[in-house]
Amino acid sequence: MENCLSARKSAELMLVSARIRRSALEMVYRATSGHIGGSFSICELLTALYFNEMSVDPDQPRDPDRDRLVLSKGHCTPALYSVLAERGYFPAQLLETFRDIDSDLSGHAEMKHVKGVDMSTGSLGQGFSAAVGMALAGKLDNKDYRVYAIMGDGEIQEGQIWEAAMAAGNYGLNNLCAIVDNNDIQIDGRISEIMSPYPIDEKFKAFGFNVLTCNGHDMESICGAFFNARKCKDKPSVIIAKTVKGKGVSFMEDTNEWHGNDPNTEQYLAAAKELDEAIAIAEKEVKLYE
Amino acid sequence: MSKISTRTAYGEALAEIGSDKNIVVLDADLQCCTRTEKFAALYPERAKNVGIAEANMVGMAAGLASCGKTVFVNSFAMFTAGRAFEQIRNSLAYPHLNVKVVGTHAGVTVGKDGATHQCIEDIAIMRSIPGMMVLSPCDANETKLITKAIAKYDGPCFMRLGRLEVDECTNLLPDYKFELGKASELAAGKDVCIIATGLMVQEALKAKEILAEKGIVAGILDMHTIKPLDTDAVLRAAKQCGCLVTAEEANILGGLGAAVTETVCENYPVPVMRVGIRDSFGRSGDPLALMERYNITANDIVIKAEEAISLKRK
Repeated sequence: MENCLSARKSAELMLVSARIRRSALEMVYRATSGHIGGSFSICELLTALYFNEMSVDPDQPRDPDRDRLVLSKGHCTPALYSVLAERGYFPAQLLETFRDIDSDLSGHAEMKHVKGVDMSTGSLGQGFSAAVGMALAGKLDNKDYRVYAIMGDGEIQEGQIWEAAMAAGNYGLNNLCAIVDNNDIQIDGRISEIMSPYPIDEKFKAFGFNVLTCNGHDMESICGAFFNARKCKDKPSVIIAKTVKGKGVSFMEDTNEWHGNDPNTEQYLAAAKELDEAIAIAEKEVKLYE
Repeated sequence: MSKISTRTAYGEALAEIGSDKNIVVLDADLQCCTRTEKFAALYPERAKNVGIAEANMVGMAAGLASCGKTVFVNSFAMFTAGRAFEQIRNSLAYPHLNVKVVGTHAGVTVGKDGATHQCIEDIAIMRSIPGMMVLSPCDANETKLITKAIAKYDGPCFMRLGRLEVDECTNLLPDYKFELGKASELAAGKDVCIIATGLMVQEALKAKEILAEKGIVAGILDMHTIKPLDTDAVLRAAKQCGCLVTAEEANILGGLGAAVTETVCENYPVPVMRVGIRDSFGRSGDPLALMERYNITANDIVIKAEEAISLKRK
C-alpha cells in the first residue's frame, strides 16, 4: 500500500474521528434512541472522506461540481450528522435536537433540510442505486466529481444492491467508489449466520468492480484504499472495510446488542469515559507533531 | 377518426422535447413497449436501458435528479407503481425529486397478457404517497400536453398510460382546454356529471349521447390530473347536477372514484356512483371484451348515471 498520508495528518484525522464517536454517543443518549453500533464502525471512514478524500465546501453544499457521499446505511446518522457538523455544514448545537419532533435532524439521513446530506436514505438497499445515478450524471455532464456510497454488510443482502452493482460495472463508472462497512453484524446477529453475503470481494469482482480492502479504523489503510481507488480508470471501485461494530467502547464492540439500542445513564457514563480517554490520547498524539 | 395509444403519443412527445439536455430517460428492457425508442434513437447518450431491474432504475433516477436532471422512468404500471413502489416512495417522493414515473399498460385493456400485467392498483397506491402528482391522460393529444407540462414541473409525478389504441378525442373538441391540475370540462351538465379519467373519457362521451336520447343532460369532467384533485371542479359539478358518476379503468378502491367521493362527502354530500373494476383481478381476453366483462363501458356509465339520479333527494 502506498503511503499517502503523513503521520501528522493521520493523527489529526484520528482525533476528529474520536470526537465524532463521542458526539454520536451523546446524540443517541440524549435522543434516547438511534444507532450506535453501525455509527461507531464508520467514524474513521466518514472522517477520512470529509476531511481528506472528498472535494467539498461546507459553504456551498449544493455545488454541482462537489464530490458526493450517499450513506446507503442511512440509519447511521449519529456519525454522519456529527461529521457534517464537525466539518462546518451546520452548528454542533443542532446535534442536540437529533430525532426531536421539530428538528431537521431526523432519525434517518434526509437531504431536503440537512446541509451536506446528498441523498435521503434509510430504507436499506436504495442508496447505492442513487449513487450510481449520480455517477452517471457526472459522466453525462463531463464533470470530474467522484461519488462515494457507504453500505452495510447486512445491507448487501438486498437484491437492489446487486442490480446497482451490475449497472455500475456495465457503465464502467470509474468515478464511483463503494465502501462496504464489513463489521460482520446485522440487527439479528452475525451476517454469516443470518444470510451470508460472503465472499463479498468475489461477488463485486464478478460484477466488474476494482476490489480493494482496508482496515476501517486505520487512517493510513483507509486513505491508501481511497488513493488506489482513484487510480483505477476503467471500473468502479469497492473498498471492503474491515470494521468492528460498536468500535471504541469495550462493552459495545462486536455485538448486535448495540445496533439500535440506547444506553442507560450508567452505560452512557461508562462509554463516555472510554471515548473521552480516546480523545485525550488522540490529542496527545497530535501534540507530538506541533 | 384515427386511433392511437397513449403510450405511442407519449413516445412522440418525449422525442419532441428531447433536445432539452437535462432530460434523461430510463427503461427496464421495455423501450419497445413504453415507446421511448424514438427518444433513444435521437438521444442515445441520454437514454439508458438498465435491464430488467426496476428498483435500481428508480434509485438511479433519484441520483440523476439530485444532480439536476429531469428523469423519466418507464415500464409497465405493474412494474413501476407496483414493483418499485417503495423506491418511488422513499427515494423519489420523500426527497421530492424531479422524476416522472411512467406506467404504461395500465388497466385490463392490456388484453391477452392477463392479470399479472393488468395493473388496476396504480392510481390508489400512487395517490397515497404524499406530494405525488398522479396523471391519467385519455388520448394522444392530452398525453402530449401532459408529457410536456410535467417535464416543466419540478417534482415527482406518476403518469398512467394504456397499451390499447384509443380514439382521438380532445383535439376534436373545439372548447377543450388543458391545464395541469385542473379538470377539463368537456360538457356542461344539468342532471348528472360524469367524472372520467383515461380511456373512460371516451366512454363518458358516448354515454352522454345515450343519456341525451333519454332526455338526461350529462356533464363530463375529464379528470386527467387525479392528484392533486381539482376539488373546485368536483364540487361545482356536485352543486350543479346533484349527483355524480366516476369512471376509471382501475380498481374502484382508492382510485378516482374514491378521490371524488372523499371530496364530496367532506364538503357537499351528493350520490356518487363509481364505474371501475370492482375489486377483482383481470383476465386474458380481447381488450374490448374485457371492458364489457368488467362493466366499464359507456352502457355501464349510463346505468350508473340513472341510478345516481334516482338516489338524489327529491
